Amino acid sequence: MFPVETRELTKRYGEHLAVDRVSLTVKSGEIYGFLGPNGAGKTTTLRMLLGLIRPTSGTVRMLGQAPGRLGEIGALIEGPAFYPYLSGRENLRVLARYAGIPARRVEIVLEMVDLAERGKDRYGTYSLGMKQRLGVAAALLKDPRLLILDEPTNGLDPAGMADMRALIRRLGAAGSTVVISSHLLGEVQQICDRVGVISQGRLTIESTAADLRGGARLRVVADPIDAAAARARALLGEDRVRVDGAGLDLDVPHDRAAWINAELVDAGIAVSELGVRERELEDVFLEMTHVG
Amino acid sequence: MWASTLAELTKLVRRPANWLLLAVALALSLTFTYLVPYAGADGPTADRGVASTFPDHLVGNSIGGWPVFAGAIALILGVLAAGGEYGWGTWKTVLTQGPSRLSVYTGKLAAIGLAILVMVVTLFAAGAVTSATIAAAEGAAMRWPSAGDLAVGVGAGWLIAMMWAMLGVVLAVGLRGVAMPIGLGLVWLMAVQNLLTAVAAPLLDWVAEAQKGLPGPNAGSLVAALGSSPQTPGVAELVGSGQAAAVVAAYLVVFGLFGGLMLRRRDIL
Repeated sequence: MFPVETRELTKRYGEHLAVDRVSLTVKSGEIYGFLGPNGAGKTTTLRMLLGLIRPTSGTVRMLGQAPGRLGEIGALIEGPAFYPYLSGRENLRVLARYAGIPARRVEIVLEMVDLAERGKDRYGTYSLGMKQRLGVAAALLKDPRLLILDEPTNGLDPAGMADMRALIRRLGAAGSTVVISSHLLGEVQQICDRVGVISQGRLTIESTAADLRGGARLRVVADPIDAAAARARALLGEDRVRVDGAGLDLDVPHDRAAWINAELVDAGIAVSELGVRERELEDVFLEMTHVG
Repeated sequence: MWASTLAELTKLVRRPANWLLLAVALALSLTFTYLVPYAGADGPTADRGVASTFPDHLVGNSIGGWPVFAGAIALILGVLAAGGEYGWGTWKTVLTQGPSRLSVYTGKLAAIGLAILVMVVTLFAAGAVTSATIAAAEGAAMRWPSAGDLAVGVGAGWLIAMMWAMLGVVLAVGLRGVAMPIGLGLVWLMAVQNLLTAVAAPLLDWVAEAQKGLPGPNAGSLVAALGSSPQTPGVAELVGSGQAAAVVAAYLVVFGLFGGLMLRRRDIL
């Protein structure tokens, strides 16, 4: 049994196909990044997982159960939403009542998101970052086995973002399964075990972040660049050499750097820079979603 | 459902707007039921007299406002309780904690029902104090309604107020918000009902007949049967008290069921 499993999940609004036959699987204990450009169908998919939106077709199983049975699932969907006339603490107490959770859990989650000091203040007076942290606290109320966080670092300052990443890592290390939707790809790259990319309603790929990024490449800046490219192609083959501006990206292991350097110098080419270039998740994302 | 009811009660009690509504209902009721008749008892067009404010009229005086103006307050309470969840986007926050939509909804209705009871009883209590004060000032005998009459009065007031609150809930769920449901609800309650009664019914027989199935005229008939003054807007005995109570109760149930059905079936956006 997977914590999250969808089959051919589809949502149609009239003529608009918001989510198109999405079949995704989240494994137990992993941190799963759910990526996609604005309007790709991320939040609609997450809402269907939680039973807030009914699918047009397809199936959802969450911890082996139909959507809407959320006893061991915590979620923050599309930004925090609370009652502005209640304090942060009172908001969580109201939610704890709905969930049948003892009030002492409220204090624990307020500590976890570093809001205990401001818990007595009215929610309406909170900054965006504090609201976001309260949203995460609400998601943690049930000490969930499965946590779904939609853009959890929105509005947080760099320190807050680092705290949030550390919290998510701790939850993952403690055995919770976490699904994160985020547009901050560097953040996803840092904490996620696997990634699913959705574009125009369709899940285009599901893989580990490392596999998506592929292996590191060798970056060479040389003069003249045409001669360097010709020599590199002769050594490595046509498809492993790409000219990028004033340099070359070579698809070779980084321990061949000295050999490449010697070959280019022997051919009378001046090498001014040689280094390892790691492919960022953002590059992969942009290629897959045809953005930029 | 009990857990949801407690949570909903917390929200109702802690929301300042609800206390403001109670204060407005109280101020309107005391002003137009006691203060104005008492102050104008000697006026040239006064036909109610100060005796109409004495304790023996407590039941009719305490529920006479529910068919229209106090009903509007109840409608707003219902809209705020359900529509606020759309305005703040808190349905998703509540529902992702695990309770079913229907358990949250029934908890909400139970909490509104309690709040309405508090409102009705408060109007009775304030009316009792005020009428006793006036009677004492006038040196009149204190003749109180029987406990049975008081219970029937509170029950009738609750039934009518709860029906309007349910109309507010169903409008809020149907229109997913606060402003439009309050606007449309008040237009019906304050304008359309009066136009039907004062303009259309005297001219068209079928409108006069159709009125006997509408919520407002039945609420007005019910309170009229229990002693409310026909001088009060919306109070007129068009049908018998039994039919009036049954029709008001039927509207309450239909509004409640329809709101629950919509909430259960529609997406939470």
